[in-house]
Amino acid sequence: MLLALLCMAPAMSGLAQDGAAEAVAEVVEAVAEAAGEVDENKVAYDEMIAAHGATAYAFDFFALSMVWTIICAALVFLMHLGFATLEAGLTRAKNTVNILFKNVFIISIGLITYAILGFNTHYPGDFNGFFSIGGPIGDLNADGSGTFAYGGVALCMTGFGDFIFQAMFAATAATIVSGAVAERINLKGFMIYATILVGIGYPVAGSWHWGGGFLSAMGTPFKDFAGSSAVHAFGGFAALAAVLVLGPRRGKYIDGKIKPILGHSMPLATIGVLLLWLGWFGFNGGSVLSAEPMAVGLVITTTCLAAAAGALASILTSAVMIKTPDLSMALNGILAGLVGITAGADVVTVWEAVIIGAIAGVIVVPAILFFDKAKIDDPVGAVSVHGVCGVWGTLAVGIFGGSDFSFMSQLIGTLAFGIFAFILSLILAIILKSAGMWRVDAEEEEEGLDIAEHGSHAYPDFVSVAEK
Amino acid sequence: MKKIEAIIKPFKLEEVKDALAEIGIEGMTVSEVKGFGRQKGHTEIYRGSEYTVDFLPKIKLEVVVADGQSEQAVSTIVGAAKTGKIGDGKVFVLPVEEAVRIRTEDKGEKAV
Repeated sequence: MLLALLCMAPAMSGLAQDGAAEAVAEVVEAVAEAAGEVDENKVAYDEMIAAHGATAYAFDFFALSMVWTIICAALVFLMHLGFATLEAGLTRAKNTVNILFKNVFIISIGLITYAILGFNTHYPGDFNGFFSIGGPIGDLNADGSGTFAYGGVALCMTGFGDFIFQAMFAATAATIVSGAVAERINLKGFMIYATILVGIGYPVAGSWHWGGGFLSAMGTPFKDFAGSSAVHAFGGFAALAAVLVLGPRRGKYIDGKIKPILGHSMPLATIGVLLLWLGWFGFNGGSVLSAEPMAVGLVITTTCLAAAAGALASILTSAVMIKTPDLSMALNGILAGLVGITAGADVVTVWEAVIIGAIAGVIVVPAILFFDKAKIDDPVGAVSVHGVCGVWGTLAVGIFGGSDFSFMSQLIGTLAFGIFAFILSLILAIILKSAGMWRVDAEEEEEGLDIAEHGSHAYPDFVSVAEK
Repeated sequence: MKKIEAIIKPFKLEEVKDALAEIGIEGMTVSEVKGFGRQKGHTEIYRGSEYTVDFLPKIKLEVVVADGQSEQAVSTIVGAAKTGKIGDGKVFVLPVEEAVRIRTEDKGEKAV
């Protein structure tokens, strides 16, 4: 209303006496119109706020937290693009369609199974602390749209926000495995394996901590902020079991020597890792579960500094251990730092984060070299980055996190996740292997999975000169 | 007519092409090949493991000339492609039975 009057003022003052009456009528009309518009919108707004009942005062924070959550869900989703490009870059061109197909499948089956049973298995409410298979999600808005109706201040979002954010995490567990088993895994077998691992394994294990299960009920509760154990160690140890059953790629270990199999695109690999780093803004940032500015600022800072420290530490370590500035080691160092900080990003100081990231960056290099020496073929370093550094990140909370946390609780938790994932993966892999569905045969592997499993090329315009 | 096949270092291609143009040879076929002679491969490293690359990238240049021009073409190629370091390559001369220009159906030395 005031705005309308102000607009009219210049017109009024500039008019001659004759048009004064007309001008006044105009003004009255404009004011009435303007008043009417403001009224409609204001009424609608007031109704929306009032629907949140007694906690309507917190609507702004609630809405902001919800927006942040959805953005973070999108960033975690982006990590699947990162995984796809990273894995494609570090493997041979003749298997690229297969890698991409597996990644497309994983995000799709991950979301659907999480809706069918994952979410309610992950968060079963009251349960025995170990195991409770839930059903499909329904109308998650039915809790009422009150600001804190769903999760209070600590989980400041709607049910759908919680669902979609957590759903994006679920699929990352299987995608960690897809890199380790690349270039020789049987497609159908892998699809079955991933469905069960992500659909059932991940949420059951996750319920032990985030779902309020036995790990949260310990004397000193287990702490895993965004999933160093629940996601990364889980995926890493599942991957270890998978590749132990699978065996190395043909031609990788000959006469006791390691024969490197080069990735076909370092640009893709680099793009992938930097996309993953970007995704981690959401992975850790969104795990604050609200837009609380102090926590969000801290978490994003610790996350990024740990990544940077990891990269530098890996660069230094590979300079010492293998005398080269190896790009793929630097990339793995970034990821190592990120995985390492994921358990405690909200409870450590900035400089503790740098130390945690740096240590992760140091240990990932010998871990990668060790697995190769042990003839455990892991084309992308998934077991080292996610398994080994996931354990480190979890234990680091016990070391740096202060008196609220204990090393013992952290150890119990990370062992629980790691051992469970390993055994589940082992059982699935052995069953599928005995059904002839775990590994492709020698000819298919030589030909390339793109042709053998998909009948197409990733790069039809490029004719390769020689057998790789 | 003679066919001259030259295996040369890839970065020498422009120089050889220009040198041949100067003596009136303006047509040729070029392909990217790999190979080795007495120049051994070299060692590279990937994720901490060393491996030898035996086959080195080279350029194979093929040009067909009249008998009379063959010697001059060979010495031109050798002169332009030489660096004095190992791996400079080789030149081979083969006899050609027939040559036909597709557009005009010219035959023999007219087609070259």
